Amino acid sequence: MNWFKQSVTPTQITNLDRLWLYSFSIIVLVALVAPTLIVVPMSFSDSQYLEFPPRTYSFRWYLSYLQSPEWIRATVVSLRAAVITSVVATVIGTAAAYGIRVGSKLLAAPISAIFILPMAVPAILIAIGSLFIFVPLGLVNTTAGLVLAHTMLALPFVVIVTTAGLASYDMNQEMVARSLGATRARAFFTVTLPQIKFSVMTSALFAFFVSFDEVIIAMFISNGTGGTLNRKMFNALRDQVDPTIAAISTCLIAVSITLLVLAQIFRPRRDA
Amino acid sequence: MVDALSMQAPSSAELINHAGLHRKSRVETAMLFGLSLPGIVVIFVALVLPVGLMMYLSFIGADGSLSLENYMRIWESPIYGKVFGITFTVAFATTAIVVLVGYPLAYFLSQLSDRASSIAMIGVLMPFWTAVLVRTYAWLILLQDGGIINDTLMHLGVISERLHLANNLTGTLIGMSHVMLPFLVLPLYASMKSIDPNLMSAASNLGARPSRAFWDIFFPLSMPGLLSGALIVFVLCLGFYVTPAVLGGGRVIMIAMRIEANVSIYSNWGAASSLGMVLIAITAVLLLVAYQISKLGGGAK
Repeated sequence: MNWFKQSVTPTQITNLDRLWLYSFSIIVLVALVAPTLIVVPMSFSDSQYLEFPPRTYSFRWYLSYLQSPEWIRATVVSLRAAVITSVVATVIGTAAAYGIRVGSKLLAAPISAIFILPMAVPAILIAIGSLFIFVPLGLVNTTAGLVLAHTMLALPFVVIVTTAGLASYDMNQEMVARSLGATRARAFFTVTLPQIKFSVMTSALFAFFVSFDEVIIAMFISNGTGGTLNRKMFNALRDQVDPTIAAISTCLIAVSITLLVLAQIFRPRRDA
Repeated sequence: MVDALSMQAPSSAELINHAGLHRKSRVETAMLFGLSLPGIVVIFVALVLPVGLMMYLSFIGADGSLSLENYMRIWESPIYGKVFGITFTVAFATTAIVVLVGYPLAYFLSQLSDRASSIAMIGVLMPFWTAVLVRTYAWLILLQDGGIINDTLMHLGVISERLHLANNLTGTLIGMSHVMLPFLVLPLYASMKSIDPNLMSAASNLGARPSRAFWDIFFPLSMPGLLSGALIVFVLCLGFYVTPAVLGGGRVIMIAMRIEANVSIYSNWGAASSLGMVLIAITAVLLLVAYQISKLGGGAK
């Protein structure tokens, strides 16, 4: 029993505390991951109800997803909005981050603050307010409307990630290029951009997810044929637990994991 | 295109460019503004304008004139009192759960080796990479009366009657804690990592037992990270919509859901806008507090 009261090193907690801490933390980590992973096997169930573990396996819920024109249309709407948002937000956000980095130090803080704003305002307010603005502008139920709202939501992530990337980049390299006769634009695209490309790609990924994951704003500014996948899933979830959603969720998890793996592959390797 | 002639005059070219660069640096303030302009326009059109219009609408009464009646109604109506009560209860309870669970987890992560902690971090980051709806849906399945958790507990004989874990406050708190935990753990982990381990050695050299060193040195130093993380979670909880709407089963009505109902069911834009303004005011105050704390934390380091 003495072992429990011993510390590994003089500064570390006792073995008993350590045992407690380790088991507790591992349980919490499992609880964090388990809900996501449990959806996958359940989506292959043959049952009308969700059961774990499934008694018989089938693809019926995947077929029910893929054969439903409504689900497919909603998926296309979501994907299109997310891809365009990703491109637009990355370009606009990277320009802003670059401006903040090279511009006057005086304006950097207030401009950065403006770009953090979308994170601080509760999404439900943006959703209702957007409806006010989008109705007269004719943006309700359009891809342009979704892209505008989602780009705004994604900008904080893009600016934060790219600013961090630029912070570790030596701006003198660009000065050298310019002093050798390159224009600022050419210096940026040939010298700076290749070196911050990982941050820019991460930004694009973030922006894609922000758009693809968004529910509340889409609920207000899109409906019917222009509704996003999340909007349709959310409405379905409030009514009943439909196993089709398990199949869709599994597809979404697969997309997330694929993109994460891609991000890992493209990551610059310092030790290699 | 490089030929012998252009190679001969590097010094003058250098001089010209230096003068050019110098002049250009004076235009950089304008450039900065120009480059961030598209982003600022997007934020203005899609955020400032809509929320500003809501603020205006919140001061318009039923007869179309300026009045405070929307705010008076919030103040007087027992329904809104209840909604605010539930919202703060849920936000406070979620934050408490997340702090109690997240502190040991962040401590555990901060004590691991770099390799081990990067593996354990996958668990913390994974929720970030899965859609909130997917996770909420997963909890709905796990927690429902005929779900795995109830089945397992029945099977083990821990309970004789099925527990009602979903479509109520319990389900909402479980789902929200799951969504919020990474928002506390990540900043807390960062602040724990920045604590100088030599301080703990010094305490031990001076005769402090590990638990004493933890509570007198480590814990106070991790406080700024804990406080700012907890405030971020609290603020996010106040405006949260998706998880309580799905896991609350209509029994847990938070401010965000009431705002939505005011618009989509009652078409009462004034009521929705005024509630929204109250929510945004509370959020702004709490974020300012969080900002001050994080600044203090940065200064203490």
